[in-house]
Amino acid sequence: MKSNTTREETRAHIRHLLAEEGDTVFENTSYLNDARYELVGELGADYDRLKDRARSIKEEAIEHLPDLIETLTERVEANGGTVYVAEDAADANQYITSVCDDVGAESVVKSKSMTTEELEVNDALEAVGIEAVETDLGEMVIQIADEAPSHLVGPGLHKSRTEIAELFNTHFDPDEPLETAEELTEFARDHLAPKIEAADVGMTGANFLIAETGSLALVTNEGNARKVVESNDTHIAVAGIEKILPTLEELQPFIELIGRSAGQSTTAYTSILTPPVATPTMPFDEGGERSFHLVLVDNGRMAMRDDEQLRETLYCIRCSACLNSCANFQHVGGHAFGGETYTGGIATGWETGVHGLESAAEFNDLCTGCSRCVNQCPVKIDIPWINTVVRDRINRSDTGTFDFLYEGLTPDAESGGLSLRKRLFGNFETLAKLGSATAPVSNWLANRRESRLLAEHVLGVDRRRALPEFQRTTFRDWFRSRERPIIEEPMRRAVLYPDIYTNYVSVERGKAAVRTLESLGVEVELATPRSTGREPLSQGMISTATERARLIHADLADTIDEGTDVVFIEPSDLAMFTDDYEKLLPKEAYQTLAENSYDVLEYVYGLLENGADPAELSADDESLMYHSHCQQRTLGVNTHTVAVLEELGYDVMTSNVECCGMAGSFGYKSEYYDLSMDVGDELRGQLVEAGDRRLVASGTSCTDQIDDLVGENPIHPIEVIDPERRKGETTT
Amino acid sequence: MPTTNDHAIDELDHARDVQAIQRFREAAANAHVETTYVPVERATEAIADAIEGDAVGSTLPFETVTLPEKVRTDPTDDDLRTAQTGVTAAAFAIASYGTVAIPMTEHKEGPVSLFPPTQVAVVLARDVHPDMATAFEVLARLFDDGTKDVIFVTGPSSTGDMGSLVRGVHGPEAVSVIIVDTTGEGI
Repeated sequence: MKSNTTREETRAHIRHLLAEEGDTVFENTSYLNDARYELVGELGADYDRLKDRARSIKEEAIEHLPDLIETLTERVEANGGTVYVAEDAADANQYITSVCDDVGAESVVKSKSMTTEELEVNDALEAVGIEAVETDLGEMVIQIADEAPSHLVGPGLHKSRTEIAELFNTHFDPDEPLETAEELTEFARDHLAPKIEAADVGMTGANFLIAETGSLALVTNEGNARKVVESNDTHIAVAGIEKILPTLEELQPFIELIGRSAGQSTTAYTSILTPPVATPTMPFDEGGERSFHLVLVDNGRMAMRDDEQLRETLYCIRCSACLNSCANFQHVGGHAFGGETYTGGIATGWETGVHGLESAAEFNDLCTGCSRCVNQCPVKIDIPWINTVVRDRINRSDTGTFDFLYEGLTPDAESGGLSLRKRLFGNFETLAKLGSATAPVSNWLANRRESRLLAEHVLGVDRRRALPEFQRTTFRDWFRSRERPIIEEPMRRAVLYPDIYTNYVSVERGKAAVRTLESLGVEVELATPRSTGREPLSQGMISTATERARLIHADLADTIDEGTDVVFIEPSDLAMFTDDYEKLLPKEAYQTLAENSYDVLEYVYGLLENGADPAELSADDESLMYHSHCQQRTLGVNTHTVAVLEELGYDVMTSNVECCGMAGSFGYKSEYYDLSMDVGDELRGQLVEAGDRRLVASGTSCTDQIDDLVGENPIHPIEVIDPERRKGETTT
Repeated sequence: MPTTNDHAIDELDHARDVQAIQRFREAAANAHVETTYVPVERATEAIADAIEGDAVGSTLPFETVTLPEKVRTDPTDDDLRTAQTGVTAAAFAIASYGTVAIPMTEHKEGPVSLFPPTQVAVVLARDVHPDMATAFEVLARLFDDGTKDVIFVTGPSSTGDMGSLVRGVHGPEAVSVIIVDTTGEGI
């Protein structure tokens, strides 16, 4: 029962963090997230141009990394500095401590550097009797509290002002207790100023390194990095090898993007230094010769560069946009995401690369694949994909125990290491087929108390979640048995994709889609109901998902070639076609599917734009509250739904959250139920505020979550405009 | 003698400069930076007006603008620790961000612009560039010509690490920029 113990521990840890750090983390990350949307919005079309440029500069730079290291080394040495390429943390620390030893250093003052956190430089210095002083106030708080950073940019972002005041008052015992942020800041500055001046070595990180000039760029707000450099003869800069850009001019898009992506238009200081710097060292009368040591850290990065899947991680500029836009991160913070140094979002890639799979494994589940971070990344890293890849590798490295018992239920292409629950969720299609064939008995059996207890105990399926209710008559059964209308000179031909939920559970939205499309002059066929691979992919079962993708492509390729469009009711399946298949299928196959796929309301929008007659659709001035699906918003197709509904006279209010919190199977997992509901709480507030507006949602799991949050089952937008509804008939 | 066409181009350039300066002043205000626009003959006076208390400074590299006499150049450590204001030149400004670029040389522009609580930067109107892309072209040329260290300053030093936003951390809590028009055309 090892797996249950772990689940219980995870649940307890998350509960603890929700209670202790959740509110402060939420306040800070949601503020930064909102600020980011506003700031990148101000850039207009320039935003995408900057991102494209930044991306291509990084691709090139990593491609030519060995050359760049060589050029940079030559330049720094020509400028009078020294470069040391450290293979790993021990190597880097050995060099750093020896430099400190050479200058007889008793203390080192540091500006914020996550790379030195990765190396645990402070511990290495303390071990040889050298004091390491963090001068960034966030790092200082963390150092005093003896905690790990919880955020890439704001290491102490989980601590409230009151908590910091308590910490300072206990630790420093000042004459007057400190209370306000101003008092705390002033105290910290006055505490640090003499330490900065008295130190022997100033240590910084580097946000970027410029090969052609041998310069480094430091992006900061407090001014401590400047003081650390200016006040000490010996400057050690520690940076990952991936930070190198070829030329100074190529720094420009990054300077424009990094601040905004973090939620600030630009930082107070961007120092572009070519050390040893020309400024005389303070105190001036004691000033000696300046020296500069650049420690370039490999520590797994060259191997990441050779790893086709992890390579993209090296493009990361550590801006934290992926953390701030992550619904789970917003609610529970970085301390839940595990990892030895990096936490949340892209950290999965970093941890796997620099510390190994085990370090990334612990909380890899917390990425639900909602994809909200994808468009926020200034270098366009597909962060959910990296999480999926790592999940797949974790699956393959585990040793399973129960698997053989369930082979029949889990016809997947995975190796033995997969947990039973992952197999169950990943093979939901098989379960749905079986459940539907034996409904209502299957539903009755599944919902018996003892079944739920067993499911929770063995599988970790939280008993508080309603299970899907399988329909005996599937959507496909209905489609085949009905009398089909004759559409003369059809406007378009479409094959409607019957996702598993529509086919076996939420049959009504399928019917509504068929009636709507036919009323607009579309000849509708039904695709073979089979999984797009979304469920296995979300469990990290890449082989299984790839196999599903191939089957689907074989099903649809000819039909598409004949000019038929593919229309989706479920946004997460559309996202497979238009996004994830890029990773799973050959390029041409992916393009065929992606270019001809539409969200059903996006399709209706297109039909209306091209002159289709909406006369038969249900038009009304009813007030609606619409929650679009996270992946739908990433693809930008949610706007079509709102446009169509408004066109038909509906009064539409929309929710404004990154994710509902359910995210497919995530909210069903017993250890994540509390977090899922906590994330959902934000949406609940907005739904309650919407009063008696009819609730509408596009995604299946959003629908389940909303039902659990407010006790009302939303309908799909296609059901809102269903011609049948207009006739005043119930759609049962 | 300029032809009519040259004159029109001059006017166009002038209009563009005026727009850049206005944009710079707006962006600077958003970044909590005070700005003053003066003709060259009033520059020293405007710098003096922006100074709070004792002032230290680095000699300005401009032919036409000099520091007020009360500004102490080549300051000692103690001067830096006790001064209320530090005055330096900016190599250029970036209109879209309200940023000034302070070169750091052996003339102590680094500590002068960092230690005193009020920072005053002097920039020539013709060095106000519209955007970051233009600024980086200029920066690259400066580096080609031997500049090594430049700080982009956008507003006072600040932190959010103590639970809410505080201005004035390890660096200045107030920043003032004097924009000097050397063309005599004004805006």
